[in-house]
Amino acid sequence: MSDLITHLEALSNAPGISGDEIEVRRIIRPLIKDSVDDLRVDPMGNLIAYRAGTGASPLRVLITAHMDEVGLMVIGHHEDGSLKIDTVGGIPARLLPGLSVRVGKKSLPGVIGLQAIHRAGGSDKAPSISQLAVDIGAKSKDEAERLAPVGTSIVFATRFQTIGNSCLGKALDDRAGCAILVDLLLGERFPFDVYGVFTVQEEVGLRGAHVAAYTVEPDYGITLESTLADDLPKEEADVSPTTELDKGPAITVMDRSYITPPRLLRHFVRVAEVAGLPFQFKQPGIGGTDSGGVHRAKAGVPAITVAIPCRYIHSPVSLLRQSDLIATARLVNAGVRQLATQDLHTIG
Amino acid sequence: MDTHELLRTLADAPGPAGRESTICDILMDLWRPLVDDIHVDAMGSLIALQQGTLPDTGDRRAVMAAAHMDEIGLIVTGIERGFLRIHALGGVDRRVLLGLEVRVHGRSELPGVIGSRPPHVLPASERRKVLLWHELFVDVGLPEEEVKRLVRVGDHITIHQTVTALKNGRAAGKAMDNRACVAALTLTLEALRHRAHAWDFYAVATVQEEVGVKGAITSAYGVAPDLAVALDVTFAIQHNDSDPGAFELGKGPTIGVGPNCHPQIVTRLNEAAAADEVPTTIEPLPGSSGTDAWGIQVAREGIPCGLISIPVRYMHQPVEVVELKDIERTSRLLAGFVVRLESDYIPKWEDAAAADAEEEAPSGKDAASADASEEAHA
Repeated sequence: MSDLITHLEALSNAPGISGDEIEVRRIIRPLIKDSVDDLRVDPMGNLIAYRAGTGASPLRVLITAHMDEVGLMVIGHHEDGSLKIDTVGGIPARLLPGLSVRVGKKSLPGVIGLQAIHRAGGSDKAPSISQLAVDIGAKSKDEAERLAPVGTSIVFATRFQTIGNSCLGKALDDRAGCAILVDLLLGERFPFDVYGVFTVQEEVGLRGAHVAAYTVEPDYGITLESTLADDLPKEEADVSPTTELDKGPAITVMDRSYITPPRLLRHFVRVAEVAGLPFQFKQPGIGGTDSGGVHRAKAGVPAITVAIPCRYIHSPVSLLRQSDLIATARLVNAGVRQLATQDLHTIG
Repeated sequence: MDTHELLRTLADAPGPAGRESTICDILMDLWRPLVDDIHVDAMGSLIALQQGTLPDTGDRRAVMAAAHMDEIGLIVTGIERGFLRIHALGGVDRRVLLGLEVRVHGRSELPGVIGSRPPHVLPASERRKVLLWHELFVDVGLPEEEVKRLVRVGDHITIHQTVTALKNGRAAGKAMDNRACVAALTLTLEALRHRAHAWDFYAVATVQEEVGVKGAITSAYGVAPDLAVALDVTFAIQHNDSDPGAFELGKGPTIGVGPNCHPQIVTRLNEAAAADEVPTTIEPLPGSSGTDAWGIQVAREGIPCGLISIPVRYMHQPVEVVELKDIERTSRLLAGFVVRLESDYIPKWEDAAAADAEEEAPSGKDAASADASEEAHA
């Protein structure tokens, strides 16, 4: 299980905003290539790993985790050599001032700064993205265009670290899911064929998962996610933390992108209860996950999202518990494995 | 010493106002081989002396150069379910805090993050808000019991940010205000080690500038220099600020003029810059300079002051940007100024100097003493 953390470290540090996930594929490919029966990249950039089953079950199961992370893109250049930017995926602009970032393939250091507070009149209004720019030290528009042309990807400069039971790093949403999927593909063979798909473009609309589900045409779709934990200090009594750290994997009943079929939900709950594994329900209604892309592929795919609770997703530093990560890997492993005994035709 | 390396060593080190011991220890090690005497005063300022290179006749004059070594930071105000409640230490910009990595200086040094609620659960209006102090918190990722064991109210927190090289010899990091100037002061000590200077040179790394120039006030009293030069940062022109009062990066330091700066020192700084071909800009300061010079000037019976400032972008944010050349130029300017102080020079107001000269009756005396001092420098 300690490989989970080692893999997560490498995955978290890799740059990979939506549409530019190549560096993440480069991390994953060597980890799994010897234990899968086929490995290919589809036209969208999804990394599709096929692992034949033992033959004991005719099922075909799709397990996804998305490789892409939220970040920034260069959209233009100012005369003074700073870069105009926009967000890729959901990052509130108020998180950006004061950050160190890495720009493009060469990972050029850059920073996002505001007018000094001494001169800004003590404004209490967060700037909008159009008021922000990335400074890489370029002195002219020409130099900036040469170093970071329009379309260049920008990621947070955060480096992964652990403290006690916690991991801190960027892009834990969803590199933590990727780490678990790697783990599943390295582990014991399943009774049925498994397609482990590391998806692209989840953060801009669950797009990679949708086409992957079309290609794989699975009987079931399982999505591995890192989901928001809002178990934070609040003014009023906390009635909606969404998920909480230290309570194990979050099983999704529904989010903004899909509803879990009740039998799949019951299956995972039963597996957790029988095995004595911790679990929690993600409070319904918040966020979207690859299940939303998977469940509407072809004639429809029963899908479920199981997620690691994670604080501060879509920010430069997210935080999760190693114990939650390990517990999620265990529940998913057991839950997927026991799908072989599920009655496919019972609705509801 | 390589300027970028020096700057990285200094700026990466923690030194929040009131808890400067870590950066002070680093400086003590760096400066000790360069100086004749070094000590820490009661307030915590580091005071190093390079003696004048003329034989001491008992009335050797002293020049003090001050750069503050403290940085802005945060302080723990409470612990709530394992989360740390925080407040500002100095002029912290709340607009940049969300999502930052920090170091909590408790019973051990803990990494942490200034947390924010996920955008998914917030209405659009909330997502654009700059949070108030009572809404901000630090998460160190440990169980409540362990947090309580390791952290106490009053512990200091610094922003965690490593100096990184940008293009064109620029560097970004936290605490460029004022480690850029501490670096310039260190380079000055290196330079003066190999140059003759008639005056005693005191290099002082002051404490608690960010909370009201406290270290400058007390160290100037203790050193009692005949004149002083403060080194600090000033605003650099940046993409969202080119208003008056901001200066180009990479065009050399500024020399302050105004009530905080003695005109004769301004003149001498300009002369040294011209003689040593150091590019500089004049920075008008109509009132308080907001620097150590403001405190030093009113120590004892009053101390004539000058101010040299290095332009820095994004001041009081974790990504302050400086151009390394400006640091090197600042040290050349300061060293050039110090070596040109004649043994009998004393800064005087023009009218006072004229009155003194009249009183002493014009003879050839002034010219003779100027000659003597030139000989001494040769």
